Amino acid sequence: MTAAIRFEHVTLGYGERTIWSDLSLEVPPGAFTAIIGPNGSGKTSLLRAVLGLVSPSAGRVEVLGHEPRRGDPEIGYVPQHSAFDRDLPLRGRDLVRFGIDGHRWGIPLGDGAVGARVDRAIASVAASSYARAPIGRLSGGEQQRLRVAQSLVGEPRILLCDEPLANLDLRHQQGITELIARWRRDAHGTVLFVTHDVNPVLEVVDAVLFVVNGRWAAGTPAEVLTSQRLTELYGSHIDVVNVHGRILVVGESTPSGFNVEEPHHMPERLVDHEAPR
Amino acid sequence: MDQLRALLGYGFVQNAYAAGLVIALVCGVVSRFVVARDMSFGVHALAELGFTGAAGFVLAGLSPVLGLLTGSMLTALFIGALGTRVRGRDTVVGVTMAFGLGLGVLFITLYPRYATEAFAILFGTITGVSRSDVAVMVAIGAVTLAALAVVYRPLSFATVDPEVAEARGVPVGLLGVVFLLIMAAAVAEAVQVVGVLLILTLMITPGAAAERLTPQPGRAIAWSVAIALLCTLGGITLALATNAPVSVFVTSLSFACYLLARFALGPRLRSDLRPDAAPAMRA
Repeated sequence: MTAAIRFEHVTLGYGERTIWSDLSLEVPPGAFTAIIGPNGSGKTSLLRAVLGLVSPSAGRVEVLGHEPRRGDPEIGYVPQHSAFDRDLPLRGRDLVRFGIDGHRWGIPLGDGAVGARVDRAIASVAASSYARAPIGRLSGGEQQRLRVAQSLVGEPRILLCDEPLANLDLRHQQGITELIARWRRDAHGTVLFVTHDVNPVLEVVDAVLFVVNGRWAAGTPAEVLTSQRLTELYGSHIDVVNVHGRILVVGESTPSGFNVEEPHHMPERLVDHEAPR
Repeated sequence: MDQLRALLGYGFVQNAYAAGLVIALVCGVVSRFVVARDMSFGVHALAELGFTGAAGFVLAGLSPVLGLLTGSMLTALFIGALGTRVRGRDTVVGVTMAFGLGLGVLFITLYPRYATEAFAILFGTITGVSRSDVAVMVAIGAVTLAALAVVYRPLSFATVDPEVAEARGVPVGLLGVVFLLIMAAAVAEAVQVVGVLLILTLMITPGAAAERLTPQPGRAIAWSVAIALLCTLGGITLALATNAPVSVFVTSLSFACYLLARFALGPRLRSDLRPDAAPAMRA
């Protein structure tokens, strides 16, 4: 079986700066892979390489057996939540429809068959009741549901998610995670999921890729999320603790001033996570 | 009314209405994108450097309309080349504008009979356009509208949702430059009615008023065009009836439209913003 996504000894950098080097990764079809790491570790660049928006300086990226192509209809993309202007004349439906034909030249005329597909995608994320309201008036969780519909309406085989849970409260984090996990199961789709906190997706991931300071570690969560592996990766002492089924990565401040605790916030998040359980 | 009917027999009046019609169509559409992309400062720069272009062309004995277009187009290309990324764009615009306007001042000084021409370009001169100028404006307007029709959908996508648009293969950077050029053409047109200094009244206000009236993108464009038409043609009519400058009426009408849309019509038309009672409570 061909890999859905394959990285072969890939090095990526902008100008003089290398983001990460010699990354090899094979993502089988239907896998849910979380990409974890602190800010600035090049997680987004990894997605951009799959999208064909950046080219590696060495090595080779393969998507569904071919070179990455810009605008590949087989790839859906869910970005981080960012607020829309309150008065922007745009409804959820319009946003979802961009997922079908937003890249095509010309003026969209009529609705027809496209409209029915848009409605189905909106219904599948349970967003029908607010899909005709201005997008800027919706809550973050509602907007993200529509984003998921937008990414899936073109029936992709791969879904790339770039921090889709950021700035959402816990209940919406769970809702969005469930939608994506369900799509993965039903459509046998492949998911690359960038996140700074693995806990919301811990139950659904098959593999994690941990990227830190240009180095990386990949494997199952049980293999990668250990004190030993992460200590090697960070190059300073790291404790991985399991508290009530949540994984906390705790480290001392490194000489560079970077505090490893940051990606998996400790005290507030503990409180957060305990509430609904 | 009779007076107006008599005026309509004059060539210059017909020219003014013809030019005003095309200009309003272009500005109505373009201003929606200017508002959504938050580019008012860019509009201003294109207009002021259009002034420099016009001044330069007059000095060389050429058509000020073409000079305007050349000035704003070159500026659009320059800004596009230097700052396609959103961050820092205002800085690039500011740097360019300051230099270009200085050049404009030089041209005025070099051309002894410039005062009238300068006033016309700064404050609008629609009732003074010649038959050949109208032809030029219709041509520019037609090309601009055609270009907008071609890029409409990906430009909308790139405007409201640039990150996903890029992921879907939309050439976001290129469209940014194309839109600057479209904006430059629209600016060169609008300057004919309201002049360089009042350009925002046609390039911002219709689009800003329209988004108060509907949450649907297509309808917002239609409202914006309708408002631009009302202001331009209404402004020309009132100016002909009273002999006061056109820009006075266009700016007043467009401001009135904005106030009406924002405080009177808008709240009623958009009262049904959330059809769902309490969707925020949904998971």
